[in-house]
Formats: sequence, structure tokens, C-alpha cells
Amino acid sequence: MTTRMREVYSDTLIRLAEKDRNIVVLEADLMAAHATKSFMEKFPERTFNVGVAEANMVGIACGLSARGKIPFAGSFAPFVTRRAYDQFFVSANYAKLNVKLMGSDPGITAAYNGGTHMPFEDVGIMRNVPGLIIYEPADGVSLQKLLTESAYRKGNVYLRLHRGNAPGIYNQNDEIKLGKANVLKDGNDVTLIASGVVMVNEALKASEMLQKEGVSAAVIDMHTIKPLDEEIVLKYAAKTSRIVTCENHQVMNGLGSAVAEVLSEKQPILMKRIGVNDEFGEVGDIEYLKERFGLTAKRICESARSLLVTA
Amino acid sequence: MLTKKQICDFEYLAVKIRADAVMMTNLQHSGHVGSSLSMADLLVVLFEKVLNVAPKNPKGPNRDRFILSKGHAAAGLYSIMAEKGFFPKDWLETYYCDNGKLCGHISHHVPGVEFSTGSLGHGLPVTVGMALDGKRKGKKHRVFCLMSDGDCNEGSTWEAIMLAAQHKLDNLVAIVDYNKVQALGFSKDVINLEPFAEKMNLFGWAVKEIDGHNFEQILDSLSIIPFVKGKPSFLIAHTVKGKGISCMENTVASHYKCVADDKLEDAYKELGV
Repeated sequence: MTTRMREVYSDTLIRLAEKDRNIVVLEADLMAAHATKSFMEKFPERTFNVGVAEANMVGIACGLSARGKIPFAGSFAPFVTRRAYDQFFVSANYAKLNVKLMGSDPGITAAYNGGTHMPFEDVGIMRNVPGLIIYEPADGVSLQKLLTESAYRKGNVYLRLHRGNAPGIYNQNDEIKLGKANVLKDGNDVTLIASGVVMVNEALKASEMLQKEGVSAAVIDMHTIKPLDEEIVLKYAAKTSRIVTCENHQVMNGLGSAVAEVLSEKQPILMKRIGVNDEFGEVGDIEYLKERFGLTAKRICESARSLLVTA
Repeated sequence: MLTKKQICDFEYLAVKIRADAVMMTNLQHSGHVGSSLSMADLLVVLFEKVLNVAPKNPKGPNRDRFILSKGHAAAGLYSIMAEKGFFPKDWLETYYCDNGKLCGHISHHVPGVEFSTGSLGHGLPVTVGMALDGKRKGKKHRVFCLMSDGDCNEGSTWEAIMLAAQHKLDNLVAIVDYNKVQALGFSKDVINLEPFAEKMNLFGWAVKEIDGHNFEQILDSLSIIPFVKGKPSFLIAHTVKGKGISCMENTVASHYKCVADDKLEDAYKELGV
């Protein structure tokens, strides 16, 4: 079932807020984009639209956190990461507060908003913040579960939110935990490690395509990019000896780099990284942009095949 | 004073900008048409009478620098730039399209566009940098920044406002397309900028307030720059979001939404196309 991710975000926060009066929402004039208007209607006194002022928003969230609130502060991903980085780094993280930052429209999902709004670097810069949890859910169920867990887990968090529609991957009964990757499909020849709505779905497609060629490809949803589930990376490195990472982000400093860091130090095997190669974003439809930046099942298959040949 | 013919020509051009903006934002049903419609009359006077820019030589060293800080309103600016000959008019039909020539937010990849913006709060600091350099080198060119209400929410804008006055940047003109609507609502309900003129006076700028849809007033206000010697100039142009199309005027929806397909014909008729 397809879900509207922005509505899952807002509905989950409403459910949390019904139980916990410390939950508050901050927005930088983008409530319509994030469906948090419904939160505002229900909890007007716990909603703060700070205007188009992201750095200030993060500072305010830190002040609220210092007073015991659990602030969920969101805007488009480039604005809450690039622009408000220093505020988030120092006031939230160095101060060891409890701020839940949300950046929407990851990578090519910024689509028509184009280069200024298309973050291929947000995970990269956020990985440098000590102790920060970074997660990017692949569907509505995982968003709801991880968002709920993040609310109750003390510490700062960065949620990379696909706010458009997402096909369903998980069932309500599935166990989905921060820091613990989920194996969506087992396999023996190669492992596809992906994060986020766009790339987990492309990896699943690639796995089906490879299966038709007689290649058994495991698919892992690495929804939590930091801390990385090293155990599962090492397990599948031993099992399949080949790994392809798939991210809607620069190949530098994101998921692919995180996996490469683990493998190169602990269990060197051949790997390939699918992602954006040192480029800025462009304007276009998401399907067009997938092709433009090579974020496709086809390209994942090509990389998997090249590893099988090399090995 | 503008002659009747000049006013007629200006009106024609303003209609052209508005119609192009409606057409362009309708291409992919995405864009910010209301923000283009509100600034159309300002653009006409700027490009027809004020800015010293040359479409055939867009990088000329003595040109006035013009930055659209409200980069989401790219459609309107692209329209007049195509009209002036900075690039072919058929590029307008590629707005927001896959591999198109024109991005949704204003982009320096387009000939004559001075700077990419769209992330708010970037335009004014950049123009301050340009104005500082111009001053230090004793250059005669002026630097213009066209801003929005939302742009004036950003802290970086206010940092630039303070520094511009500190350095007496009287080669800098900031114009606010003050349509009083931003992404989520009416500016007075989000961050009230009032008393805007008084504030800017106290920040050390020379301030004028005009009707941003009155060609005479726009031209009069910009005919002598700086407004006051030794001070940066601040023009508060009172405008109407979505100006010219009644179903769009003064609505928050016009910030995001294009004119719907079934209302296009009426919209063009109302504009007088």
C-alpha cells in the first residue's frame, strides 16, 4: 500500500503528542509541505512557525529542548543541514540536548525545486556530528516506527524524510529499530545495501532483475546510516563477498562511504557505490532525475554484474 | 514623467511577463506564479528605465548588478530577460522541464542571470559583497537586490542590512516586493515586518515607500540613486500577491499553486492578452 509520507510524519507526531505533552513541532514556514498543519490545528500551543529562518528555528528548538521539551524541527533538508549546521552542531549536539531535526526532499526528490533545493550532501555533513543518529526510512511503516522510537530515545537525531508517496515495504508486525538494518531479501551472490524510499525500491527491482539472470542478490534496508549496523555489513560481506551500496546522495560521505569504512578496516571485499558522483542537483521529474544521475535498478545491476565478473 | 505611450508600452510588457509566468508555471503545474505576478511592474521599470545592463554583453564589467533574491519567482524574471534578448524566447517553454534551459529557481547557468538564488536570505549578503567591492574600486555601477517578505525573515538578511549601513553602501539598492504573503500565510501572521520603513530608517538605510504597481512611482523612486548620499537605499514596494488574476490575488495558495488548466483561458482574458 502506498502511503503519503508527510502525513505519516504529522500523524505520528500527533499520536506521540497525545501521550506526551513535551512533544512540540517547529517549522520554518513549510507546514503545508510537511502536513504539520494538522498537528498545528490539534496542538496550536505546541506548534511554532518561526518564519523562513532555519538557523533561528534550530536555536529555538535547542532552547525548548534545554527546558525539557522534545522538539521536532523541520524544513527542506538543505536548509536545516547546510544553513543551520553550526546551530545544530554546537547548540544541540555539543550541548548534548534532545533535538529531532527533520530534513525533507532528500536528493532527487527535490525534483522541480532544482539545484538550490536538492541535497546530495546532507547525510555527509551530518555524519560528522559526533553521536548523532541519522536515519532515512523507506516506507510509511518504517517511518512511523523509527520516528516513534526517536522520540523516546534521548539524544539528537536527523531524519531524512521523503515527503511524497512511498510504496509499502513493511508490515505493521515487522520489527524495525534504529541502528538495526532490515534484510528485505536474502541472497548468496551479491548484497545490495540501500537507504531511503527511492533507492530501496530500486534495489528491490534490481534484485528481481538479477534473479532472472540466475544471480541471487540480497537486499538490505540500511535505514539508519549512523550508527551503521556493522554487524550486518560484515555478515553479508562474508556471505556474498560483494556489496553494492545504493543511495540518493553523493557517493562521498554518505551510506557508501560508511559501508566502505567498515569493510576496508575489518573485512576488505570488492564493493561498488551507486549514488551521485560529485555533481550538483538539477531540475526535473523524479524519473528523469533517476536516469540523469544513474540512480536506477539498471545501473545497480550493472555494478553487481561487474563485481561478479571481477570476482 | 512618463508619456502616455511609455505607460502603454510598460503595461504591454507587464502583461507579457504575467502571461509568460502563468504559462511557464502551468507547464509542469509547479512554480510560484503569485510571486512573479506581484513583481512584474517593478521588473518592467527596472529593465526598461533603470538597470544599465546589455543583453548582448551580459558580463560587461560596468554593468549594474541585479540579483533576484526571491529566486522562486524566476518565471517573471526569465520572461523579461527573454524579451530583452538575453536568451531565446523559446527557452521559456522549457521552464521546469526535464533537461530544460530554465530551472525553477533562478540560476546563473542562464545568460544574464547574475546569481543563483532560491534558498532565501542569500541575495542581500551577496549584493553587499558586490557593493563593497564596487566602492573599494571606485566603480560607478550600482547593485540591486529584489527581495521578498519571506526573504526578510532570514537572519542573514539582517546581518547584511547592518553591514551595508556600516559601510555606507550608497551604491546598493534593496527593493522589497512587499506583497505581504509568504509560504505559509500572511506575513503579518508569520513574522510581522512592520513598522518596516521605520525599522529600516533606524538601521541606517534611506527608505522610500511606494505603490509597486504604479509605474510613475516606481520610476520616480529609482530615478535618483542613492536616495541619500552615504546610505544604502531601501525601496518598500507595496504590491499584491498574484496581481492581475483575481482568483490568485492576495491568496496564500498563489505562492505554490499555478493557475489551473480550466482557469487558464479566463486568466489570460483578465490579463488582457
